[in-house]
Amino acid sequence: MKAIHGSQKSLDAGVAARVRGDTAFRALVLALSLLATIPLVLILVFIIIRGASSINWQFITELPKPIGEQGGGISNAIVGTLILVVIATVVSVPFGIIAGIFLSERGKSRLGTVARISVETLMGVPSIVLGIVAYVWIVRPMGHFSALSGGLSLAMIMLPVITLSTEETLLMIPLSLREASLALGVSYTRTIMRVVLPAGLSGIITGVLLAVARAAGETAPLLFTSFGNPFMTVNIFKPMAALPHTIFYYATSPYPEWQALAWGASFVLLVIILTLNIVTKLVTSRWKIQF
Amino acid sequence: MKFSRFAVAAMILCAATSVLGFSQSIELVGAGATFPAPFYTKLFDEYNKQFGVKVNYQAIGSGGGQTQLKNKTVDFGASDVVVTEEAAKSFPMPFLSIPMIAGATVITYNLPGSPELKLTPDIVADIFLGKIKRWNDGRIAALNASVTLPNIAITVVHRSDGSGTTAVFSDYLAKVSDEWKSKVGVGQSLNWPAGVGGKGNPGVAGLVKQLPGAAGYVELIYALQNNMAYATLKNKSGSFVKPSLASTSAAAMVTIPDDVTKVNLTDTEAPDGYPISTFTWILVYREQNYDNRPKAKVDGMMKLLWWITHDGQRYAEPLSYAKLPKAVVDKAEVIMRSVTFGGAPVLK
Amino acid sequence: MKSERTSDSAFRTLLVLGGIAVSVLLIAIFFSLLLSSRPALVANGFRFLTGSEWDPVTDSFHSLPFVVGTLLTSLIALVIATVFSLALAVLMGEYFRSGPFASVMRTAVELLAGIPSVVYGFIGLFFFVPAVRVLQEAVGAPPYGVGIFTSALLLAFMILPYSASIGREMIGLVPGDLKEAALSLGATPSETIWKVTLPYARSGILGGVLLSLGRALGETMAVTMVIGNSNSLTFNVLSPGNTMASLIANEFSEASSNVYLASLIEIALLLFIISTLINIAGKIVVNRMAG
Repeated sequence: MKAIHGSQKSLDAGVAARVRGDTAFRALVLALSLLATIPLVLILVFIIIRGASSINWQFITELPKPIGEQGGGISNAIVGTLILVVIATVVSVPFGIIAGIFLSERGKSRLGTVARISVETLMGVPSIVLGIVAYVWIVRPMGHFSALSGGLSLAMIMLPVITLSTEETLLMIPLSLREASLALGVSYTRTIMRVVLPAGLSGIITGVLLAVARAAGETAPLLFTSFGNPFMTVNIFKPMAALPHTIFYYATSPYPEWQALAWGASFVLLVIILTLNIVTKLVTSRWKIQF
Repeated sequence: MKFSRFAVAAMILCAATSVLGFSQSIELVGAGATFPAPFYTKLFDEYNKQFGVKVNYQAIGSGGGQTQLKNKTVDFGASDVVVTEEAAKSFPMPFLSIPMIAGATVITYNLPGSPELKLTPDIVADIFLGKIKRWNDGRIAALNASVTLPNIAITVVHRSDGSGTTAVFSDYLAKVSDEWKSKVGVGQSLNWPAGVGGKGNPGVAGLVKQLPGAAGYVELIYALQNNMAYATLKNKSGSFVKPSLASTSAAAMVTIPDDVTKVNLTDTEAPDGYPISTFTWILVYREQNYDNRPKAKVDGMMKLLWWITHDGQRYAEPLSYAKLPKAVVDKAEVIMRSVTFGGAPVLK
Repeated sequence: MKSERTSDSAFRTLLVLGGIAVSVLLIAIFFSLLLSSRPALVANGFRFLTGSEWDPVTDSFHSLPFVVGTLLTSLIALVIATVFSLALAVLMGEYFRSGPFASVMRTAVELLAGIPSVVYGFIGLFFFVPAVRVLQEAVGAPPYGVGIFTSALLLAFMILPYSASIGREMIGLVPGDLKEAALSLGATPSETIWKVTLPYARSGILGGVLLSLGRALGETMAVTMVIGNSNSLTFNVLSPGNTMASLIANEFSEASSNVYLASLIEIALLLFIISTLINIAGKIVVNRMAG
């Protein structure tokens, strides 16, 4: 008995050590995870505190003032971001959805494989490279900077996101739905457009909203396409201001008034992106058709 | 289908707003130097209030201004340095450089207490060459006995973008230091032996303001607006000159050569002149009838430039830029009158 | 219904065109970059890849400082991010798979993923730079604050949401039987994770790491705001440096000579090729794990 007792004790001691190790590991994982969210906390706290204090009616409705002067606002940047995103959405959504449908229907074919590789590669292309492409394709031939070129560079960023999420959504819709519709004599076109697509609407909208959120925050491709504009303009053939571009320009300046503008602009941009994310969640939870 | 209707509606909206845009007032687009940007932005704001013309000026550096003019993506470029003959060859058409105002490039630094330091040209060159590494270096201390210099490292801050301010500064350094001339040379973008880069004058000022022990070069107004200390330099005549409106104007009081673009104010001979002063220029094509430019826009642009060199000069001094001396204004008028549209001079 | 059949074939053609269009888009991007950088390819030759001088004054352009800068910042970021994202992946994949805390963490990670690069750069300028400066003063290095390490740290936080979510997915793919077998044999939960789950998901996690690397390579704005923009070749992580994307952002709008501009486009081409290769490698590894 004694021998067994002895080894039992060491067994117990061994188990106790391992249980301690287990608790320690758990604690470590928790600690590291919380640490990882530090920048989020920093960002939210500081942008809310400093940014919200810059927000007033003047901030939203006025144009920026010359260097060194007090006051001024970012109205042109807010409008600019909206217009750029609209241009990008108008171009990338139809294109992306059609490509997404193609991939979900014909993904296994040779063209489908090539197309998928192209889209996935495009997804990984750095946004600044796409900005250069837009410069070569549009700014140079056109002869000047424009919101159009900026919007098109954003469209190239949004396209793969929309395409891949459309494909993923449509692949999740059971074949039976499609087959039932076709069996009832509905044409292929109508089946896709009126039966399958609407069934996947929540997923597609989610993809579009996420793509929009990403495009709204991009700066690099706008540096040499839409270029920036201290005035308000809605003309897409002219250079245009944008929120991320404004933030970049003001944040790296030495003037406290401009840095305050940058905090405020960051706040506005984050509100826009957060709203898009929340809307995405609502769409998914309320409109998603479960099969 | 929902999406196509949305797309069509959005396109019509965009097209409509563009058409609306076309019926708006004259809009000009310019780009270039950050050196005069505080002056230009104030100026264009005033001009818009008085005349309703919108000028979109993007301060992306002198290099950017020249390139965008070369690519004809802007109406005018702004540069602190006259484009070299070599570089001018790559422009598609002949262009003109019109002087606008003069300014001073100061050595600004971040030291506790923001003391006013006296520096000589060789010390400045050696700091930026990376040879003088600490603030309490004997040579700096010798000139500034009344200041307790801390034993901290000197962090050089230079420009990361193509800069006329850099070109002017390196031109000065090449004149006062043979080592600089052979090792680094003169130019808008240099192979810097030391330091960190900031974008534009504001970027350099921002970095110097944040980094204890930093030393950089910026236009005077940036140091003033940010309450940063800047150095008094020994000029060619041997006097220690503090950068100011007065000393910049004094530096500009030199004999203006017939070809005003050949004027060079660095290391000026003027006895009270600040040694790193420069004119800053606006560049436009001589023949303005290109790429279907509307005559109204060209008229508007030349009116603007005329106004800057005449009525607009009064906005310079409050921002510590020096007005153009009369001799230079006369030369500028001659240059502006040579701008043509379809062969005929634009300004009557 | 002949009209239906013709509209059906028209629709199918449209789908195929969509597939062709995305493929053509990618090819067009590649060839545009290639063509536009031709003057530089001719002028710079192979030395472009090995030389370390970037001198616009003498038109002497070489990519090594920026490739090194890009790889250094990305790899350091990756090491830091992997530690944190593994913790997050384990937390959300094993310990807290559901419940309020899980939703909070998941939302936090999603939000982190949606914050624009320029806002990260802004926070980096105001918080990370002074913190690193304190570190540099402590070790006796010049207190730049900005530099390779600072941007790597910032980059790590930017890519960790991405690698955390891939990691979580991979951990979720580990068969429950395997884990239960280990537990029933007396292993503690942490031992199961460490010795069974993670090794099984190892290749998938590696794939996720590679994909995050691809993301990190192309990051522009946050990096350019805190890296110090120094174009000389350096391996000292506490000193300023530059990456390919940041270089393009700094110098593109002002490249004055044809060779200068073409050289910057050549850098963009190089960036395109490197990030595409790494993304493909990552996808292959992830797909092999997912079976």
